[in-house]
Amino acid sequence: MARMKFICDAERCIECNGCVTACKAEHEVPWGVNRRRVVTLNDGVPGERSISVACMHCSDAPCMAVCPVNCFYRTEEGVVLHDKDVCIGCGYCSYACPFGAPQFPSVGTFGVRGKMDKCTFCAGGPEANGSDAEFEKYGRNRLAEGKLPICAEMCSTKALLGGDGDVVADIFRNRVLQRGKGAEVWGWGTAYGSRQAGQPPAGTMQPPQPPAAAGAKS
Amino acid sequence: MKHVLTATVAAVVLLSACSDKPQEMGGGVRQDTAAFNGTQTPFVASGWKQGDKTSWEQQLRVRTQIGQNEYSKAK
Repeated sequence: MARMKFICDAERCIECNGCVTACKAEHEVPWGVNRRRVVTLNDGVPGERSISVACMHCSDAPCMAVCPVNCFYRTEEGVVLHDKDVCIGCGYCSYACPFGAPQFPSVGTFGVRGKMDKCTFCAGGPEANGSDAEFEKYGRNRLAEGKLPICAEMCSTKALLGGDGDVVADIFRNRVLQRGKGAEVWGWGTAYGSRQAGQPPAGTMQPPQPPAAAGAKS
Repeated sequence: MKHVLTATVAAVVLLSACSDKPQEMGGGVRQDTAAFNGTQTPFVASGWKQGDKTSWEQQLRVRTQIGQNEYSKAK
């Protein structure tokens, strides 16, 4: 298995917000917190595009880099999770995240924001798989139940794909070949395009070759 | 000699309060149990064996194709 990834097909998303609703219902996410949102670009203009956005579980996650208490960890499947017992709700991850994924419920001890909450790729948290403690803090652990994220499985137009990166990329590739357009995958370069995402280390790539001298006059 | 010894012990006891206490975070963040281990309850998707990584990976692969690839249904 490669690693878990999300793909949102902007050609298919119809802004129904089914993924948002499914996520909230599945994990009993508190009022005011949306782990997933649908963003529409050029709303109302012909050619508008909608994208379902949540934590992309980045290869080189900036939230992990900036967390002052080191509450984040990455599972073997590449899912970026965090420990709410360690999180202090400082909000640094919120500033660092390019997708606006970290959410903060307004139920903190002193009337300020509480501990960070975000998409878990339906993989729960550090508590025992499927336990009540895990559900209360992080929601259901569908991966441990042999299932995939509810947002992707609920998507009526199959715009949102979630699962093994190789498999979902193959599904998307086939789809693009069939329709002949819409190959852009929003957010993939930001989330998975770092050197850690399988690109060769710096200095090992061949220098770019000069363009062929076709048509050049001697 | 006895006074010197008593004074030394008293000084050690009193000054020990001036030392720093360790401030590590108890071994860092906890690690999660791998998802392929399952929930150890019967309330999981059927068709795979809990604790078997290969079986779990195959289950997710099949589930992705069935649930998210409509082209495989059209064939």
